[in-house]
Amino acid sequence: MATLDATPIVSSRREFVDSYTLERYLATGGYEGLKKALTMYPEDVAAQVDAASLLGRGGAGFPAGRKWSMLRKAPVSYLVINGDESEPATFKDHYLVEREPHQLVEGVTIAAYALQVSQVFIFLRGEFALGLEHVQQAINDAYDQGALGKNIFGSGFSIDIVLQPGAGAYICGEETALIEALEGKRGFPRIKPPFFPAAIGLYGAPTVVNNVETMSNLPWIVLNGGAAFAALGGGRSTGTRLFALSGRVNNPNMFELEMVKNTFRDLIYDPRLGNGIIDGKQLKAFIPGGVSAPWFGPDLLDLPLGQDEVGEKGSMLGSGSIVVFDETTCPVRAAWRITKFFSRESCGQCTPCREGSGWLERVMSRLEFGGGRTQDLDLLLDLCDNIAPGLGWPPQQTTICVLGSSIPSSIHSSVVMFRDEYLAHVHNDGCTYD
Amino acid sequence: MTLYPKKRSAMLALLHLAQEQDGYLSDEGMAEVAELTDTSPAEVRGTASFYDMYHLEPVGKYVVGVCTNVACLLAGGLEMLEHASNTLGCAVGSTSPDGLFTLEETECLADCDIAPCVQVNHRFVRTTTPETFDAFVTDLRSGRRESEVPPHGTLIRVRRSGGLRVSEQELVSERAAAREAREARTPKEDK
Repeated sequence: MATLDATPIVSSRREFVDSYTLERYLATGGYEGLKKALTMYPEDVAAQVDAASLLGRGGAGFPAGRKWSMLRKAPVSYLVINGDESEPATFKDHYLVEREPHQLVEGVTIAAYALQVSQVFIFLRGEFALGLEHVQQAINDAYDQGALGKNIFGSGFSIDIVLQPGAGAYICGEETALIEALEGKRGFPRIKPPFFPAAIGLYGAPTVVNNVETMSNLPWIVLNGGAAFAALGGGRSTGTRLFALSGRVNNPNMFELEMVKNTFRDLIYDPRLGNGIIDGKQLKAFIPGGVSAPWFGPDLLDLPLGQDEVGEKGSMLGSGSIVVFDETTCPVRAAWRITKFFSRESCGQCTPCREGSGWLERVMSRLEFGGGRTQDLDLLLDLCDNIAPGLGWPPQQTTICVLGSSIPSSIHSSVVMFRDEYLAHVHNDGCTYD
Repeated sequence: MTLYPKKRSAMLALLHLAQEQDGYLSDEGMAEVAELTDTSPAEVRGTASFYDMYHLEPVGKYVVGVCTNVACLLAGGLEMLEHASNTLGCAVGSTSPDGLFTLEETECLADCDIAPCVQVNHRFVRTTTPETFDAFVTDLRSGRRESEVPPHGTLIRVRRSGGLRVSEQELVSERAAAREAREARTPKEDK
């Protein structure tokens, strides 16, 4: 049975259809966190976040407090919010910007105060038309009631938030590509190390880039204290997290669960959560954290939903999105589609990624649709090995950013787990599920 | 323009506005963006072509996007795409003969719990069956969804109303003064 004791932190207003309005937000404790934060020293606000040991919710899971502490001291620095959610099967930020935009604005303002940064850019995925409208409205409302602008709530702190729409590029979810897009250029990631955005970011100034969900946790953390947040979850994975469940389950949905307290089995099978596989079929495999993550088989269903727990087994919790495959799912087709995605979204800067993804897609395509050969399996692994040498986890990088090293995950997993099915595709000269 | 410390940063937002004006990015629109951002039309085109949402050729009033990425694939995304192509009367990547619809195969649109995911002009329409899809298309043809789905190019109908109207210089000095005041208040401990 799943443990559902923890009250939701970032999705607490989910039951209200008007959760995106200022009226509802104020009626449900909105902006109290910010008001409290403004009575504290900025360092103390940051200390609370550090005490919460809030891990970044974007995908890499880097502690937010540590990221903040790395910000280089300079006269001008920036806070940039990453809302370019495009990792396939992830839809938590979509919810947060569309349904809880004020919570985001409040969280962002708290972060800006803690960091003593006055200029903030919220970069949202362009495809979220309604979300963009709701966040812009929330920003307008916040200016009107003095939560944004000059001398907010009489505290002497001034802040300006600019909403920047993206324009359709997965790569802009990578923080340095996002910064390039904010500078009005193509979203080409920058080489790091040596200089991370905290040292040289937007316009060369120190910049903190944080995810939408990370920011949305801040009002609660300030109101309840970092220790209360750290008391939830277990190990390094503290607090709650939005898990996006999709694929062949009866109730594909987003659930806010306490970290570590539940397993993948709870999430997929509990009647209050995923409610089992469609038509009572057998689970074949699942992706634990977005399509960049290696797949797991049914043997790992009892693994807790925690960052380190999943990491130790050779994959990642990533963006917290779980995709379920059942016995009707063709693993070759799933891996082909994921590879096609990477091929389309590779920015084209680095050869292994640009050429490798296209080559892999062509090989996957002939295996799935006819024309595949037995030796293609070795070819696939050899190509993957050229992109991420050793095919270990975490992967070795041959490219500027981690998009390249994410490409092999689905192919490597599926070839290892479902070699027989690949061979059946070769013998059948195409998909065996049609 | 004044929202950004550097002019070129307005590029993506201005391109969206140019697309709102013409329904797609016309040469004139891009030339105007180039002028406003102090760049060349070639730089603007080079930037715009990188992003999927900018259309450099005219498109229909309604751009229909059907997701076929992995979560939608498992829920029949490819079948929905084929169905959409039949209903709209155009191949994927092209515009219907009446000029009303353009059909696109998209990557994940982040609405995977309501799959397969369909967007019209980047608004989620949540039609997961062929029947609901067809009904929605009929509504669009008859103009019953105008308020919900504005013509292609219109992205954010809420305009920015607030604003700081404080120069970057003022902000910088305010932060510096605050830092000095804080350091005076909490002297560093001697270690």
